[in-house]
Amino acid sequence: MWYYEKKLQYPVRVGTCNPKLAKFLIEQYGGSDGELAAALRYLNQRYTIPDQVIGLLNDIGTEEFAHLEMIATMVYKLTKDATPEELKEAGLGAHYVNHGKSLFYENAAGANFTASYIASKGDPITDLYEDIAAEEKARATYQWIINLSDDPMLNDGLNFLRQREIVHSQRFREAVEIIKEEQGKKKIF
Amino acid sequence: MPTYRKWFQPYVSPFDPCPPLGPVPYETPAQLYLGFQRPGMPQFSPFQSLSHGTLWPALYTPYTDPYRGKRRPA
Repeated sequence: MWYYEKKLQYPVRVGTCNPKLAKFLIEQYGGSDGELAAALRYLNQRYTIPDQVIGLLNDIGTEEFAHLEMIATMVYKLTKDATPEELKEAGLGAHYVNHGKSLFYENAAGANFTASYIASKGDPITDLYEDIAAEEKARATYQWIINLSDDPMLNDGLNFLRQREIVHSQRFREAVEIIKEEQGKKKIF
Repeated sequence: MPTYRKWFQPYVSPFDPCPPLGPVPYETPAQLYLGFQRPGMPQFSPFQSLSHGTLWPALYTPYTDPYRGKRRPA
């Protein structure tokens, strides 16, 4: 079970009214390497991973939901005061027709979120390598969004999220080391 | 101390339709080099940790847009 803390993991500030950035940010909301995919991937893999690393998947999967919430806040702030005309100019006309101003789990190109974004092979090394790759892909996605964004306040939040991907990647790499460990097993090669 | 950004120069053809953009950057952040984190490594202060997104200076790899300030000559 979870306890909810009614605050963001890191404060979200948006400096400029630029709804176009919302269209880019939605990639991290409902895209293949986004925070939703990450949270669902790790929390689902928990059950069939060696028990030394279950807690890691649990903690990181939970944190991904906190990131999802930050992205949602950014998208909401960027779109809530936009007129339908401004949304259309930002490339969000089709989104507005389908969803109004509500958020939706879709990628930057408007493709709906799908469970096939999430891999779960049931082989611990395979799944952890998948997780490392997922963190690096999310890190790269943040870099591309930062390259496209000229809002320093927004980029501050995105830099925080990118740094978290780096830390998560490090921890998954350590998880691989833990489960392949031979020490204390009295094995002679 | 490793560098966290590398560059490579793709082949430039005399028949390329667009002018070359120059060397292409790619990021190689700290987690690629750290290995299994050893105990007792130095930490940031709590406030710095919050703003950096990590407790550990050894994992802190800030990012800046490598194309910033790069403009094609008009």
